Amino acid sequence: MTTIEPAKAEHDTARQSALPSQRSTATRGTRIIGIVAVVALGWLVAFGLGFSPADRDQDESVRILYVHVPTIWLAYLAFVVTAVSSAMYLFSKKKSLGWDRAAGASAEIGVTFVAVTLAVGAMWGRLTWGVFWQWDARLTTTALLFVTYIGYLAVRRLGGSHEQRAKRSAVLGMIAVVEIPLVHFSVKMWRSLHQEATVANLDGDTKMDGLMLFSLFVGVIAFTLLYVWLMLHRTRSMAMEDLLEERGLDEALAVRRAEAAETATAATSAPPTATMKTGSDS
Amino acid sequence: MEDAGFILGSYFLTFATVALYAWRAVRSGRKVSQQVPDDEKYWL
Repeated sequence: MTTIEPAKAEHDTARQSALPSQRSTATRGTRIIGIVAVVALGWLVAFGLGFSPADRDQDESVRILYVHVPTIWLAYLAFVVTAVSSAMYLFSKKKSLGWDRAAGASAEIGVTFVAVTLAVGAMWGRLTWGVFWQWDARLTTTALLFVTYIGYLAVRRLGGSHEQRAKRSAVLGMIAVVEIPLVHFSVKMWRSLHQEATVANLDGDTKMDGLMLFSLFVGVIAFTLLYVWLMLHRTRSMAMEDLLEERGLDEALAVRRAEAAETATAATSAPPTATMKTGSDS
Repeated sequence: MEDAGFILGSYFLTFATVALYAWRAVRSGRKVSQQVPDDEKYWL
């Protein structure tokens, strides 16, 4: 053990001298995006709860739309980013783990947004349908989407190397994205209690008041900025977590190798007393 | 009145969930950032 300690002390000294001055994942860019996102979210509250008019049919409860719809759109975007990043990892020659981390970070954010969509949708359902939940096609497929990506995040946490994690989660990330059209078109494919798409419909006819549409647009911009901000922070954190894991493994291997070398040196330099004694006995 | 509770509740739930996730993201970043030298942070 004594030969290992100086090496460890040298390593610790080197690490102390390289202590980081930047102790967060923030940069000037993320701060600007963060501030603009907070301002946009403030505008969303102002327009969603104040300036936008009540609906002819749904009355005041239509205000939930301005958080419900942007969150599910951003979840769709997040899962598409996961699938594209997964494909980039699998099919690019370089196999950069940056693509894998982007896929993981985006899935995490997407899951958060789907959870919000489901919870807020339940509140809207209580106001318009009289119940929090119905086993309706849109609600059920959205819940399935949520559970699938929870599974994706669980798969990412399984053991193995970073490359193994990247490969298996990339395959899953590319398969899971198929659920998005299933969720979106579920209201057309099956008889559904949930209303059909008002804005993102195939005929291109938007059936919304101008101020309502603008409020929805503010919501989409606000949550998109938030998504970008979260992506930057999470991918940076994940890169450092991977680095620390690799370093921990390298250090453990170095210690084991040093121990093995020490044992081997001790074994070769020690006098063969036991053999001599055995020889004299016989 | 019941409508107001659900409407405000939906906004509160949305912002609280997103804020909690954002806080966790920033906190975990700060935690690991203290153990990694600056030259290994690709964004600096």
